[in-house]
Amino acid sequence: MRATTADREQSAIYTYLICLAAWAIPGAGHLLLGRIQKGLTFLITLPLMFAFGLWLEGRLFPVEIGQPLVALAALADMGIGVAFFIARSAGAGAGRVVALTYEYGNAFLIVAGLMNMLVVLDAFDVAQGRK
Amino acid sequence: MRASHLGLMIVFALFVSVVFGTLMRDEPREQLRFGAQLFTAFVVGGIALGWILYFFPL
Repeated sequence: MRATTADREQSAIYTYLICLAAWAIPGAGHLLLGRIQKGLTFLITLPLMFAFGLWLEGRLFPVEIGQPLVALAALADMGIGVAFFIARSAGAGAGRVVALTYEYGNAFLIVAGLMNMLVVLDAFDVAQGRK
Repeated sequence: MRASHLGLMIVFALFVSVVFGTLMRDEPREQLRFGAQLFTAFVVGGIALGWILYFFPL
């Protein structure tokens, strides 16, 4: 009985580590789970979409609790994982509101983050043996 | 930088279709088929919506 509980705890930790990896590096969760084709597709597509959003002069929104929509956009941006923090520390994603492509850039950045969150959920399901 | 709205919409549709096609289906052939359907729906839907909104002045 004790061994079963320990196994379950280990399995839960493994699942959460997979989710953490999947969030930090898009596709890493699927690669760790042996879904190579899916993992590689996410690894290429999602960071590319994020980079495209930065190139289009989109903004990486700050977490401002006083402005709920800005805070939600920031959460969505952060969905892409480590790339968000690298871009932030490199000074990218300042966003130029007058740029023609500003709103497109935001759409690319936000949707890339949100889709990576879906990828994390999919990795969770695979790690749980549901898929 | 020169960027057209249609071009950016097509690139956006392409990214989203690739991710959703890969996420929602397991076999590469099915992924390609579903991704192509999504891409077509996005582009055709976007153009159709654009024309509908054309008749509503700001």
